[in-house]
Amino acid sequence: MTRRTRVAVASIALAGFAALLVWAFAGLPDFGSYRGPYGFVLDRIATPDRHIDNVVNATTYDIRGFDTMGEEFILFGAVLGVVLLLREEKDEDVGDAVHSDLVRAGGPLSLAVAFLVGLWIVAFGFVTPGGGFQGGVALASAVVMLFVAAGYRAWSAVGEETVLDPVEGLGAGGFVVVGLAGLASGLSFLGNFWRPGVAGTLTSGGSAPLVNWAAGIEVCAATLVLFTEFLGAYGVSLRKAQS
Amino acid sequence: MTLATLVPLQSVAFALVALGAPAVVFTRDLRRLAVVNGFYGIALSLLFIVYGAPDVALSMIVVSGVAYPLVLLVAAARIQRRRGDE
Repeated sequence: MTRRTRVAVASIALAGFAALLVWAFAGLPDFGSYRGPYGFVLDRIATPDRHIDNVVNATTYDIRGFDTMGEEFILFGAVLGVVLLLREEKDEDVGDAVHSDLVRAGGPLSLAVAFLVGLWIVAFGFVTPGGGFQGGVALASAVVMLFVAAGYRAWSAVGEETVLDPVEGLGAGGFVVVGLAGLASGLSFLGNFWRPGVAGTLTSGGSAPLVNWAAGIEVCAATLVLFTEFLGAYGVSLRKAQS
Repeated sequence: MTLATLVPLQSVAFALVALGAPAVVFTRDLRRLAVVNGFYGIALSLLFIVYGAPDVALSMIVVSGVAYPLVLLVAAARIQRRRGDE
């Protein structure tokens, strides 16, 4: 195919796509208009009944907690797949120096700040925007700053399966255990079995914060396992470059 | 926040996203791409915040600011080393 026919075919396809896009955007409902009944129901029960201010988290960790458990195990399975695919010989005893003074000084600072922010996002997910998933990724990002600030050797003390696998198991298993605790107290699986507490404080939401913490721990560990696999491949290539 | 302050903020966020997206597409160097994409992600998070989705913005910031650039840079370093071997 010559360049000219290629451009012609592409322009026809792009024009069609653009027309469809404009058509779709012109037919969008007004900003903020909502048709389904569930949003209004959730709005009415999240704070009065469950004492959770963040309706998003009341939905994900309490009312449809079972769906969230499915999502969590999708992540678990996806990470497992990456580990199986990227599994290769790892090199823990290989060092690379961090040369920039700015990175060496600013790295630990950003690690501390990011870790604190991550904990806050998980813990206060019921009061302010946030929650286990977002906070878990933030915590993992903070820990991986160790690699950025102190080099591969410092990171590989943390980024190791004997450290991370139990934590990931705790998160994934903890979710199920809280669900079973709901069953044991005579409610449905993942039913909220604890007193709802005072809305707007850390103790609000009954047993849903436990589910939230389990998700946070699981997501943090799963993300760190991902980083370990990618950085492990980097470690091997580092060793090859040095030898 | 009132509508009078929100609409200009939304326009600015939209403009940043509109400028950022082509910048990401036209960046060829992988290391530079990691940084440009990070800024684009922050512009997107800003857009999410001014349209009332701060929780989505939180995940966007960490994923596009730390997780994605890291994976990209490690992959780039590996490809470069492999090319060096040959």
